[in-house]
Order: sequence, then C-alpha cells, then structure tokens
Amino acid sequence: MEGQGELAGLPAEGEAVPERGWVAPAVADEFPGLSLAWTTVEASSGRSPRQVKDRLRELSNRFHGGHAIQMRQRPIPWAYRVFFRQIGLDPDQTRTPIEELALERMKKGAFVSRSQLDDALTIGIVETGVALRAFDADRTEGRMGIRASAPGEALEGRPGKLPSGTLVIADERRPVALLFGATAEGRGVHPKTARITLAALAVKGVPDIAVEEALWLATAALTI
Amino acid sequence: MPELIRELEDRTGAPPFSGSLTDLLHGDERPARVELRRQIARLELQLSELFISAFPRGGIAYDVAPAGGPRLLGIGELEQVRDRLLTRIADVRGILEDCGYVEERNRELLERVIAEPDKYHWVRVSNEDIGEPGCRHWHSRPRYGLLGMLMGWWRVKISSGCPLAKGRPASRSPRYGEVAQAPQTAP
Repeated sequence: MEGQGELAGLPAEGEAVPERGWVAPAVADEFPGLSLAWTTVEASSGRSPRQVKDRLRELSNRFHGGHAIQMRQRPIPWAYRVFFRQIGLDPDQTRTPIEELALERMKKGAFVSRSQLDDALTIGIVETGVALRAFDADRTEGRMGIRASAPGEALEGRPGKLPSGTLVIADERRPVALLFGATAEGRGVHPKTARITLAALAVKGVPDIAVEEALWLATAALTI
Repeated sequence: MPELIRELEDRTGAPPFSGSLTDLLHGDERPARVELRRQIARLELQLSELFISAFPRGGIAYDVAPAGGPRLLGIGELEQVRDRLLTRIADVRGILEDCGYVEERNRELLERVIAEPDKYHWVRVSNEDIGEPGCRHWHSRPRYGLLGMLMGWWRVKISSGCPLAKGRPASRSPRYGEVAQAPQTAP
C-alpha cells in the first residue's frame, strides 16, 4: 500500500502474526469463507501522534467522491454488502465499515482524527476494505471466534435476550459483540485498557492477504 | 459487465444451484439457502450497478428492508430479502427510465434553445436537467438587457460552472510560546 513507509516504528515483518479465530461448524457450513483473525497489541488508546494524523490526512487526500461512488463495485466492499444482505442487514441502513468511513469522509471533508485506536482502525479499513474491530484483550477469555447465539443468551449491556441464531463474535465464555454490530458492555477498549485485541472479520471474497494487511496496518498505527 | 459478474461470482465461489429436488422436498434445505444467497449476491450487484449508473441523480431510494439480522436466515426470510431486492431493482430501473426520458426531452429542448434563442425567452436548462454532473446551465437571455429584449436580441448564456468552494480560514494568530514569523523584508 502507498505510504506505508511514512509510518515510523512499524512492526518488523513477521511480528504480530494474526491468529485464526474459530467459526462454529453450523455457521461455517452456511457461510464458507466467513473468518475471523485477531492479534493482540500491547497498546492503549489516547490522542493520536502526529505521524498517524499525517497518515489520516494523506489518506483523506487520496480518497475522493469517485472512490466512494465506485466502491460498491470493488470486490471487497461488494463482498461485505452481499454478506450483510445474506444475514438480514441492509447495508444502506447498517453500513459496512468501509462505507461508513467513506460516508464520513464525504460529509466531513476528511477522515477526522478521534483517538489513536479509531485512527488505526480507519487506516486499516480504508486501505484494505476489511472490517476491523477492537476489544480490551484483558476482558476477553481464550480464543475469539464467530458463532450463533444460544437460546436465552444475552449480550452484556443490552436489554433482553438475543434472538436465537444471532451471529456474534465470542470468546470462549460469552458473546463479546454482535457480528457487525454493538460491542458488549465492558468488552470494548476504554481509557485504562493496556492490551488491545484487533480483530478482522472476513467474508467470502475477501483474500487472506487483505486481512493480514489490515491487521498489520492497524497494529502499526497503534504502536507508534 | 457480464465479465465482472462472472469474476465476482468466481471470487465469492457461489456455485450454481447444485442440490437435487429430493433435497428440497425431503428436508435438506441447505442447497436452497445456498441458491438463494447466490441470487441475493447477483441482485446486490445489479443494484450496485444501478446506483453507479444513476449518479449524479439524487433522491432515489436504494434501501431494502432488513430481515432483523445479523443472524442465520431461513429459506422464507432469504426469499423475502431476494424479493425485496427484486422489487427495489424494478423501482430504481423504472425511476431511471423516467429520468432518462425526461432528460432526453430536455436535451432536445436545449438543442432548440441554442439554435433559436429568440423563440425560447428566458428558458434555462441545467446539467441536472439533462442528467449530467456539474452546475453548468444554459440560459436564454436578451443581450443588453431591456434594450435587447425590445429589439429581440436573444442569446444563450452558459454559466461558468459550480461556485468555488469556500477558502480555508485565515491563518490563526500565534499562540503563547510561539514566535510570529518575522517580515522577510530587508531592514
């Protein structure tokens, strides 16, 4: 990707190798190609350093209205749109991560810096199109994966039970987020977080190399 | 575009319907769900193409009512999503056909206005009216104002385009601890 070399303190090649998450067999059967990869980074969020802000600015300058309009026909954003439809989401209401950022870029005229974590996710998502999430690594237990919710299961911080068959990102004990939706209370990154789990969600049509690149870029921006 | 569809289908690995009728009739609904998902992928691509071809026309709805996800959808729900997509595609196509008709008529009008401005007083046609991006417009106006109007000196005036974006705000004044830049002139 363009401009990678502008980031100082990039992890060396081979560092921060993403782990493969599990996908429940019933879900994998229905959605071959659905996968989750994650990596844990010793970092906290806060104000973005200058290098990350510069990178965001450079990204804003490279991303124009034409990109936003044509995005739906590019393979990776299209793959997410299709997957959203297939799981009962309307990508024009619940936007895919890349389209959400594209819309924000168009409305605000730039990718606006919020925090180092948000900026790192923005860089990873916009450069690759891959959906990224972040969790507090010390508040998740065991390996992460994707499964359907069990009957009667709930998402912490949300009233009521999840409808049976709701697709969730889960650790080995509980759901930590809805797939492409809300994060469970207390599982997201907060000011005292010391280790961050970055997770990349891929669907059929998203190549592994894009997933690895997304995680690598976000990790680099987080560890400057 | 068919090549793109094939390429994208290859990319998603969505095979054509491979189940048997027995599967459908005797409980194994998975092949049917796979087929419905393939249809949804194809329809989503069609809707995306319409979205792109419709640009810069605004005011067209592309949303399709969601099915309460994110979750595993059954056959009935997938059929609903597919049918809603079909309906939306038909709606958008209808709107675009109507727009195309109106824009074609506007283009013809524009040609007539340019050819004979004295027969089309004060007629104004914009890029939007003919389905083009940009802010240019053609306006049939009299030369020299009232005099031209009385003398029948009509012409088509073409606007120069979109208004310029507002400039950046003036540079801020130096904060505490900063030194204002010294004038570069020699003493």
